[in-house]
Amino acid sequence: MTTAAPAKTEYEVIIGLETHCQLGTETKIFSDSATEFGADPNTHIDPVCLGLPGTLPVLNQTVLEYAVKAGLALNCAIAPYSKFDRKQYFYPDLPKNYQISQYDLPIAEHGHIEIELVDKKGNATRKKIGVTRLHMEEDAGKLVHAGTDMSGSAYSLVDYNRAGVPLAEIVSEPDLRSGAEAAEYAREIRRIVRYLGICDGNMQEGSLRCDVNISVRPVGQKEFGTKVEIKNMNSFNAIQRAIDYEIERQIDALETGNDTIVQETRLWDEGGQRTISMRSKEGSSDYRYFPEPDLTPIEVSADQREAWAAELPELPAAKRSRYQTDLGLSAYDANVLVDDRTTAEYFEAVVTAGADAKLAANWVQGDIAGYLKNEKKTLNDIALTAENLAELIGLITDGTISGKIAKEILPDLLEQGGSPKTLVEERGLVQISDASELEAIIQKAIDDNPNQLEQFRAGKTKLRGFFVGQVMKATQGKADPKLTNQILGKLLQG
Amino acid sequence: MSISLDEVRKVALLSRIALTDDEEERFAAQLNDILDYVEQLNELDVEGVEPTTRAIDVSNVMRQDAHSTYENREGLLNNAPDRDEDFFKVPKILNG
Repeated sequence: MTTAAPAKTEYEVIIGLETHCQLGTETKIFSDSATEFGADPNTHIDPVCLGLPGTLPVLNQTVLEYAVKAGLALNCAIAPYSKFDRKQYFYPDLPKNYQISQYDLPIAEHGHIEIELVDKKGNATRKKIGVTRLHMEEDAGKLVHAGTDMSGSAYSLVDYNRAGVPLAEIVSEPDLRSGAEAAEYAREIRRIVRYLGICDGNMQEGSLRCDVNISVRPVGQKEFGTKVEIKNMNSFNAIQRAIDYEIERQIDALETGNDTIVQETRLWDEGGQRTISMRSKEGSSDYRYFPEPDLTPIEVSADQREAWAAELPELPAAKRSRYQTDLGLSAYDANVLVDDRTTAEYFEAVVTAGADAKLAANWVQGDIAGYLKNEKKTLNDIALTAENLAELIGLITDGTISGKIAKEILPDLLEQGGSPKTLVEERGLVQISDASELEAIIQKAIDDNPNQLEQFRAGKTKLRGFFVGQVMKATQGKADPKLTNQILGKLLQG
Repeated sequence: MSISLDEVRKVALLSRIALTDDEEERFAAQLNDILDYVEQLNELDVEGVEPTTRAIDVSNVMRQDAHSTYENREGLLNNAPDRDEDFFKVPKILNG
């Protein structure tokens, strides 16, 4: 018997991201003040970033270099001719009442990146996400406190240390279809800028900020739904959760009419795990862009572009693909290793030094990563060189030491460095792989434990592990595990 | 070119300034005078002339990424209409 339930409407979600990356220069985009985070209020200010009359901004050449490199890494076309524009809005975080940005001639356009999503079963899906544009602009200051003074008037306090800090704004095409895809896109952008060494990607300190544009529409509908902007997410998980929440809210609004979707900016409320409306009066912003008269246009010659392109490192997507195709790693392993450039390069150096790729991957993401996490250290802090790790892996593969011994000496190698081979010899840790020597040790372990032997022969086969333990104890873990198992099997049967 | 009263009100809103009715009328007239004056440029024949954003032909004026601290920080803070110790103090502006 079937009852025809009303067909459930399927929805399509359209998401685009605007990502602001703070470029890691020493000084501001148009003046000599420092960009360092966390300084005392208003210690990194000067007449230019405050826009005082008679001052002239001059572009920091490193900002241009970083922006072009980012554009190239995002597979964008670099504009041979580009310019700055003034974006006008009145808000006290902006000392000049306009922000110097780029409007119709951004430095880079028409790019794309490839993201890779790995599901719980380890299956990878790759997707190309379009990058509409990348442009350079200055950051605004920070309203740090609001209160009411003695006369009863409300005021705000402003810190302009961040005003004029260089940003690259990266705008994606509306190609993202879920919270998970959007979060992965943002992670990939961070990986890319970190690989390039142009942005530290620290979301807590605001060096990487993502705004989300999102709309839903019934599948098959041609027109886009009403677009809502969400801000204020300070982690990749928060991006995913904010989007998932907003998708549900918008679908619910369409189906029940309990809520309405209006074109607006909403804030992600981390405490409440929801988005809330930041009601802003209609028509209150109209940026009235016009060309910045105080700055010259920017021309990037083909030679200059190629010189910068030649300095780009191998990027995460290429590494992920290579690790899977050429080195035979799983998608999961490739993604973990590639996430951080230092880790990826260390892993590659271990493989280049002759280690098996899968074993090298296991050591780097397993015991070494665990040690680094516990000790709150990074790969730069350890004494174990990639060559020495390759040597250690070689000692296991050729049967000189057991994996267990390798794990035991790892902390010493990480802290003191040196050749694992020498260490193993000095401490007499070479594996016992001589069959007759092992047989004698195993026979003794059996003879010493007649009760356990009797129980084993009576069918309690789990006791085999007990005997392995006894052998390992007697040899300080040096017994060749494979050979031990073989001989033990034979001797236990009697 | 003609600026309507509504446009004057919109610009006033964007600039966060309050205008009286008289001022709206007066500024509409003044803005129109300015635009009419600039309008004369339309008499020029620009057929075949590439649009430009600048009158001087110069590009790529840039500086090294080298840090220096501006010496007169106190002067910058004192120059503002109001300060509160290390901060610039401004009237609270509600969003929108």
